Amino acid sequence: MPSVSEWYRADRMPHIFCTGCGNGTVLNCTLQAASDMGWEIDDTVFVSGIGCSSRASGYTAADSLHTTHGRALAFATGVKMAHPEFNVVVFTGDGDLSAIGGNHFIHACRRNIDMTVICMNNMIYGMTGGQGSPCTPRGAFSTTTPYGAQEPTFDLAELAVAAGANYVSRWTTYHVKQLTDSIKTGMETPGLSFIETMSQCPTSYGRKNKLRQPLDMIEYLRDHSILISKKRRLEAEGKVIPDTTFAVGEFVRRSRPVMGLKR
Amino acid sequence: MQGNIACAEGALAAGCRFFGGYPITPSTEVAEHMAKMMPKVGGVFIQMEDEIASISSIIGASWTGVKAMTATSGPGFSLMMENIGYAAITETPIVIINVQRGGPSTGQPTMSAQGDMMQCRFGSHGDFSIIALTPSTVQEMYELTVKAFNLAEEFRCPVFLMSDETIGHMRERIEIPDSVDVVNRKELEKGKLPYETDADNPVPGFPTFGHGHRVHVTGLTHDARGYPDTTNHKTHSDLVRRLVGKVESKRHEIADYDIAGTDAEIVFLTYGPATRTVRQIMKDSPDLKIGHINLRIVWPFPENVLKEFPNAKVFIVPEMNMGQIGREVARHTPVKVVYLPKLGGDMHTPQDLMEAYDREKALIGGGN
Ligand SMILES: Cc1ncc(C[n+]2csc(CCOP(=O)(O)OP(=O)(O)O)c2C)c(N)n1
Ligand code: SF4
Ligand SMILES: [Mg+2]
Repeated sequence: MPSVSEWYRADRMPHIFCTGCGNGTVLNCTLQAASDMGWEIDDTVFVSGIGCSSRASGYTAADSLHTTHGRALAFATGVKMAHPEFNVVVFTGDGDLSAIGGNHFIHACRRNIDMTVICMNNMIYGMTGGQGSPCTPRGAFSTTTPYGAQEPTFDLAELAVAAGANYVSRWTTYHVKQLTDSIKTGMETPGLSFIETMSQCPTSYGRKNKLRQPLDMIEYLRDHSILISKKRRLEAEGKVIPDTTFAVGEFVRRSRPVMGLKR
Repeated sequence: MQGNIACAEGALAAGCRFFGGYPITPSTEVAEHMAKMMPKVGGVFIQMEDEIASISSIIGASWTGVKAMTATSGPGFSLMMENIGYAAITETPIVIINVQRGGPSTGQPTMSAQGDMMQCRFGSHGDFSIIALTPSTVQEMYELTVKAFNLAEEFRCPVFLMSDETIGHMRERIEIPDSVDVVNRKELEKGKLPYETDADNPVPGFPTFGHGHRVHVTGLTHDARGYPDTTNHKTHSDLVRRLVGKVESKRHEIADYDIAGTDAEIVFLTYGPATRTVRQIMKDSPDLKIGHINLRIVWPFPENVLKEFPNAKVFIVPEMNMGQIGREVARHTPVKVVYLPKLGGDMHTPQDLMEAYDREKALIGGGN
């Protein structure tokens, strides 16, 4: 059973992520979960789109397919349907998944193909230097929202629930333990598992939003998260929940019909 | 048998076991036949959410070692452009069937055309090379589809069957052989780097997923290990030159055409439906001196074929577009090239060709 360090592609270090970027945390949690699962490296394929987050696939020791912007899930569909014996894990970003790749996202969830999809939601287009994404909070600054973002945002976890994924959760890079456990649960659950990770991009998001220090951003993510169970209780009590917060925890675990199961 | 069905049957015979597609006239019968047949041969048919997803899925499938294809027409073909370049730079064997219809845009969904001949060659950004086959009979829909798969394996590049509504929807008797020659995936030798090549072997072995190669595949400019190396001029230059060269340097071996009347002064160069029309006028008027080149592979363009006609005074190129391959002919010969576009959905009639012939004959003068 390969250890976490064996799951890394050592000769590609150092990675390109900025100091304090959350992507490294998410990658590490994912490889920890893969190791905990007892998966074999040669039975596993990592697929990703384009963006800082999507570079994660190239730092794994396994076969990996770094594809085109937004299309990771469509490529992964081909990999998994052609060869269901693989463990397939997809890395994607908020822009990659919900803007250019939105159509593939809902259809992959609908098909409920047996794979694990990990979105590093840093609320920004990190790689291209900090433009607004469909997940940039209202009022937040980016290079294309110089007066504060005006557009309502996507709730990616709720979108995955509505579209039919069997397992959906959201955590942040502050919740390392919960995130790792959740990714493992996703890997264990047949069907499409979607784990959204709120992740810090100090370089592109933090710089524009008075959160320059990585720690400031991690604290921001911690302080704005609210357990989904608590959120639902407050909602049932008719309490007002500030729209700057986001729910964390397990959104759904179910057994809709699945495609691409191991034979 | 219908042309599109013959194409699907050819794919199955060649070993295609993954089809990802999206319905579009006039190519849909290919998908429908694959939907019917794939479960019977242990393959996978999946109707994707659009053509971008279709080509993505077949590239993904191909990396698991499976032969994969998609089929589409103009609007869907346009959507595939970005990932055609991805298949080219990652050297993924895939086959794309384009049953061409009238464009631009939604154009003439049910009518025939050849307007995507340049698009298949140059539609995706950057420099690379592809192979494009052009059937003119239903028999060739079968045979050239088999060949497309073999070439994709041999050259590790996107291979296109550039058919059209006329041949795709035509019904003819065909002969299906008991077995066909099939080229299978050439696995990367153990101990070699994923993109390790030399001048004699510009096509690297294939590091199939799950076979222990632990390959990283990326659309970024990469080195022999497959690792991104995006600012090194030499890495990029070497890669692009190899992607172009591995096909273009072999173009005379790849070439597939037949020729007739090599001593003629007036030579028709055709591919697809117009080939049938030229054969018709040659049959109708056996005494006329007509030269004919029928290309079954248009890309890479086999310019040496033009030299087979030492007396040529004119090459007439009837196409169901505004002169896309005609321009390529002109690039390679000092001889006059006459474009003979036919737009609107019909193939060239014998009369269309005879008028052009007579016009050129009058200009050249002299006896027949
Ligand atoms: C078709 C296409 N359009 C645009 C781009 C440019 N581009 C590269 S990464 C990116 C945004 C990535 O944002 P996200 O998915 O959130 O990833 P992050 O970098 O934030 O991790 C864009 C727009 C591209 N590579 N391809
Ligand atoms: S730009 Fe942001 S997302 Fe990209 S590596 Fe730097 S910190 Fe991470
Ligand atoms: Mg992002």
